[in-house]
Amino acid sequence: MAIKLPIFMDYHSTTPVDPRVLEEMLPYFHEKFGNAASRSHQFGWTAEEAVDYARERIAKLIGAQSEKEIVFTSGATESNNLALKGVAEFYKEKGDHIITTVTEHKAILDTCKRLEKEGFRVTYLPVAKDGRVSPDDVAKAITEKTILVSIMLANNEIGTVQPLEEIGKITRAKGVLFHSDAVQGVGKVDFDVQKMNVDLASITAHKMYGPKGVGALYVRRSKPRVRLVAQMDGGGHERGMRSGTLNVPGIVGFGKAADIMAKEGKEEAKKLIALRERLHTKLTSALEEVYLNGSKEHRLPGNLNVSFNFVEGEAMMMAIKDVAVSSGSACTSASLEPSYVLRALGVGDELAHSSIRFGLGRFNTEEEVDYVANLVIQKVKHLREMSPLYEMYKEGIDLKSVQWVAH
Amino acid sequence: MAYSDKVIDHAENPRNVGTLDKEDPNVGTGLVGAPACGDVMRLQIKVSDDGVIEDAKFKTFGCGSAIASSSLATEWIKGKKVEEAETIKNVDIVNELNLPPVKIHCSVLAEDAIKSAIADYRAKQQARGARGGGAPSNGTGSGG
Repeated sequence: MAIKLPIFMDYHSTTPVDPRVLEEMLPYFHEKFGNAASRSHQFGWTAEEAVDYARERIAKLIGAQSEKEIVFTSGATESNNLALKGVAEFYKEKGDHIITTVTEHKAILDTCKRLEKEGFRVTYLPVAKDGRVSPDDVAKAITEKTILVSIMLANNEIGTVQPLEEIGKITRAKGVLFHSDAVQGVGKVDFDVQKMNVDLASITAHKMYGPKGVGALYVRRSKPRVRLVAQMDGGGHERGMRSGTLNVPGIVGFGKAADIMAKEGKEEAKKLIALRERLHTKLTSALEEVYLNGSKEHRLPGNLNVSFNFVEGEAMMMAIKDVAVSSGSACTSASLEPSYVLRALGVGDELAHSSIRFGLGRFNTEEEVDYVANLVIQKVKHLREMSPLYEMYKEGIDLKSVQWVAH
Repeated sequence: MAYSDKVIDHAENPRNVGTLDKEDPNVGTGLVGAPACGDVMRLQIKVSDDGVIEDAKFKTFGCGSAIASSSLATEWIKGKKVEEAETIKNVDIVNELNLPPVKIHCSVLAEDAIKSAIADYRAKQQARGARGGGAPSNGTGSGG
C-alpha cells in the first residue's frame, strides 16, 4: 500500500473529526437548528434534548455523578480561565492562594499571572526529571489561605501523566478545591473525577476527534458543591456559569466523540502504545545520542518526545516536511526561547532545541510509523553530517568545555 | 511560518558543506554561536597566496534559515578577495533569502562567521610572518 503524504503525527495539537462524529453533527446545522434556550417550541426542545444527551455522554466519560455538572464553553482555554478566575473571585474572602505547576499549559500559567496582578498569590511547584509533580510538595505548599490546586492530567509536550489520585486525596483531606486541565488525557489515560477527587476539570472536543470550538468545564455539584463567578455576562445559560447561545452541532459532536472514547479508548491506547514503542525502538536502534523527554512509564499512549542531539529541531522539521510533528526548539516559537516545559525538567537548552514531539493518534498506521522512522533516521544522519557539533563530538571534544561565543 | 523558496533551496541542497584542514596556514576557521542558543556555525576559508578565497566550507547546527545563511555565505565568498568578503553585511543575506525579522539573527551569525574565519586566517598569517608567505598586509584598508 502506498503511503499517503503528508502524514499527520501532531495529534496533541488537534485531531481530525471522526467521520462517525461528523455524521451525528450534520442534522443540527440545518434541519435541527434550534436554540437550546428556546423553551417554548419544538425547535428549541429538540436542540435542548440533543445538548442534554451530549452532557450525559461527557459526564459518563469522566465519571461525573450528574450531567448537570458539565458546563459547555468554547474550548479548554475558556474552561481554564473560567475555573481559575471564577473560583478565585468566588472564594477570595476565604483565601488568596493558588497552587499549580511550572509545566502547565499557558492557559493556566497566564491566567495565574493575571490573578497575581489582581492580588492573588500563586505557588508554581517544580517537577521531577520525568515531569511529575510530587504529591508531598503539593501537601507542603497548602496553607490556610489556599483555595485551589490546579494540576494537569497529562502534559501536552512531553505526555507526562500526573499523579492526580494521590493529589486529590490531599486536597480533599485539606478542604481545598482541585482543578485539572484534563484536555490531553481524557479518554486516553485513566481519569475519573470521583476516584481522583477532582472538583473542576477542563476538557475540549477537538483533542478527542470532535470539532474545534467546543469545550466543557466539569463543576462538581456535591461534596463539595463548587461555586464560581461567571466571567461573561449575558443570558444566564449553563446555570448562570457561562452565558452565550450553545453551539449545538459542536456539542452534539463532542458528545459522540466522548461516547466513542468511552467505548474504544482503552483499546486505542494499547494500539497507540504499540505504535509509539515501535517508533521509539526503531529510532534508538539506528541512531546514537537520542534522548527520551518525559516519563517512560507515566506517559500518554500517543506521545513520543525525543531529542536528537546535535540536530536542531526546526531544521529537522523542515527536513521531514511531509510529516507533521512539533518541536520544543526556540526557532519554532516567536519568543526564541526553547520550551519552558523541557527546561523545567532540567533538559539542557541544547537538547531542548533538538527535541521533536511525535503525537500519534487514531488514524496512524504501522506503515506510517515505519515510513516516518526511516525518514527520520535518514535525515538525522544527513543533518549530523553537516553539524559542527556532531563532528566535534566524534573527535572526542567535550562540548561543555568549549568557550562558545554567544551572539 | 512559510519559508522563502531560496531558504528551502539552500536548506535542502546546501552548498559547500564540509571541513577544511584547520592546521593548514592558509585556512581560516570561524566558529560562532552556542549550542544553548540553538545555533552554531563553523565557516572555513582557504586563501590563495594572492589573497583570493579559493575554497569555503561550512557546517551548521541550527534552523533552516541558519543553514541557508551559512550556505549562501560560502557561495558568496568563494572567488572573492578577502577584503571583498569582509564587506558582506548581514542585511545582504536577509535581502537575498527574504528572512523574516525573527530570523535576522541567523544572518548576523553568518556575517560573524565570515569575519571570524578571516580573523583566524590573518592571525595565522601574522604568526608565520617572517616566512614572507605573500599574504596581503592588514593595513591597506578594505573600503568597507
